[in-house]
Amino acid sequence: MVAATPEEAGTAAKELGGERVVVKSQVHAGGRGKGTFKNGFQGGVHLVAPAEAAEVAAQMIGQTLVTKQTGEAGKLVRKVMIGEAVEINHEYYLAILMDRATCRPVIVASTEGGMDIEEVAEATPEKILREHIHPLMGLQPFEVRKLSAGLGFKGEPAKQFGKLLSNLYRLFLECDCSMVEINPLVETTDGRVLALDAKFNFDDNALFRHPEIVEFRDTDEEDPREVEASKHSLNYIGLDGNIACLVNGAGLAMATMDIIKHYGGEPANFLDVGGGATQEQVAAAFKIILSDDAVKAILVNIFGGIMDCDVIAHGVVAACREVGLPIPLVVRLEGNNVAAGKATLAASDLNLIAADDLADAAEKAVASIAA
Amino acid sequence: MAILVDENTKVLVQGITGGFGGRHAKLSLDYGTQLVAGVTPGKGGQTFDHGDHKVPVFDTVEQAARETGATASAIFVPPAFAADAIMESVDAGMDLVVAITEGIPVRDMMKVKAGIAGSNARLVGPNCPGLVTPGRGEHSQGGCRIGISPGYIHKRGRVGIVSRSGTLTYEGVWQTTQLGFGQSTCVGIGGDPINGTSHLDALQLFNDDDETEAIIMIGEIGGTAEEEAAAWAGEHCKKPIAAFIAGSTAPPGRRMGHAGAIVSGGKGTAQAKKESLIAAGITVAETPAEIGSALVEATGWR
Repeated sequence: MVAATPEEAGTAAKELGGERVVVKSQVHAGGRGKGTFKNGFQGGVHLVAPAEAAEVAAQMIGQTLVTKQTGEAGKLVRKVMIGEAVEINHEYYLAILMDRATCRPVIVASTEGGMDIEEVAEATPEKILREHIHPLMGLQPFEVRKLSAGLGFKGEPAKQFGKLLSNLYRLFLECDCSMVEINPLVETTDGRVLALDAKFNFDDNALFRHPEIVEFRDTDEEDPREVEASKHSLNYIGLDGNIACLVNGAGLAMATMDIIKHYGGEPANFLDVGGGATQEQVAAAFKIILSDDAVKAILVNIFGGIMDCDVIAHGVVAACREVGLPIPLVVRLEGNNVAAGKATLAASDLNLIAADDLADAAEKAVASIAA
Repeated sequence: MAILVDENTKVLVQGITGGFGGRHAKLSLDYGTQLVAGVTPGKGGQTFDHGDHKVPVFDTVEQAARETGATASAIFVPPAFAADAIMESVDAGMDLVVAITEGIPVRDMMKVKAGIAGSNARLVGPNCPGLVTPGRGEHSQGGCRIGISPGYIHKRGRVGIVSRSGTLTYEGVWQTTQLGFGQSTCVGIGGDPINGTSHLDALQLFNDDDETEAIIMIGEIGGTAEEEAAAWAGEHCKKPIAAFIAGSTAPPGRRMGHAGAIVSGGKGTAQAKKESLIAAGITVAETPAEIGSALVEATGWR
């Protein structure tokens, strides 16, 4: 049960009853158990008596949790999950993910559950079991038996594990997951095999066939600039630097960040406007870039292959007119109809810095801040 | 000779009646490509007209191949139907299937990859700009252009280019054109985590091609394809290679535009890739502006 207030948490805990319940912070990051809240409260996961659930939830909700995976900024906890506390006999790790190297799903399992699996893989690689599944054959019964035996399940728990794994594999495929991770998977003292926590990653490319999964999207958990960018079909990722960039093509956008760094600057973002960007998209991109107070200069890098550079130039000029240009703007245009594009930029009364090539553009952008 | 395609390759376009496919079919016809057929289910019997060109449209790839002798297909169909379109081309006996479509679900590509194993078809892409073997005319006209690359930036010549990124391919092409070296064939292998042709596959093809004298390999963060290609090249490649890897400054765990461009669990970093390239004797350009000069360094050309 998920609760957004301490009162809801208390009610949920009372309903569950029993001797103890578990209260878990709900954020898009792992390592919660060992995390620390910025208010000093230790641990994003607590086992408490039902009567104490509301009190513990009050320490979590509205507070920022810092874990190994959140970075220093931490994540604001808006909700907690209240669950039944079970008596655990043993904790396991179980995950299914897409393995790029083999182009197959791989099931990863370990007897060392409840811990950081990357540390387990590092320290005791022999304790990690891997089973690659043929995409056209699907999960075979013998593969289930192999994993079950490898984890040491016997009797009734082995049957339960088999059923859980088969269902999990079906879910992985049917929901187009790129990863499902159950950590911990537990065997209880009364012989049940249960998933106590789960993390799902979904393939963005497949969301078109899963409106029910899109419903789960919680934009509160995302960077507001990235949410705004996604509304305009822009690919934006915020970074910590002060030179913003606007580029066509993902590879060139990454390479533009790299070259800014190479010349001693720090990129403020990744931004790919795509191959067919419109004037409106360019304007939206400028607004998002300028909404970041850390940004001190902008570098526009366009290799217009098929795209007309003059169209881009008009887009940049219109965007600057619309949103204003309080900081230096360096523009590098290359490709189709580049002469007309450069003429359009030169004819505008905007304070643009024209660059001859990408290296020149990056140097000028870095210099514009130093000056 | 060039690799995979030349000016005589007969090409069909799946999705030729769509806006995206149609626009690029026209640009390929203008470039001089032998674009002999289009395929759109339900529109068989129509023609796709552009200037003096009247390209017949068929309902199925099988019909199009039988009637026109096309051996290569370009796929411009939307993501939901793209895996089916790829398999249709493979079934129809195409030698080369180039999937331009961006956004195909990984599960679909996983099945396609397993489904085409053992067939004679070579898949390039998906999520790629396609390939170009430049022609010998003005602005490289008369060549074979499959996909969405700008034809005019090319020049027929001696450098083979393979890349995961479209616009970075164009940077490499443009720089080698300006330096006067030109290209034998440029192959965009695409930015998805599962693709048909790898860097290694392309290096092997270029290594065996008489016209290719040097190779430019452009990679990015995510996966280990560049490392595998480097390991092979260090042992077997007879030709000098210059490379660039994008994404040194990308934060871990984030997808940088391309579905496959992600550093996960500390794997697939630009640094690790650069180190394996350098260890294999490949000249690595520090910035995309230096791809051409890295090639000059690797080859000693001037």
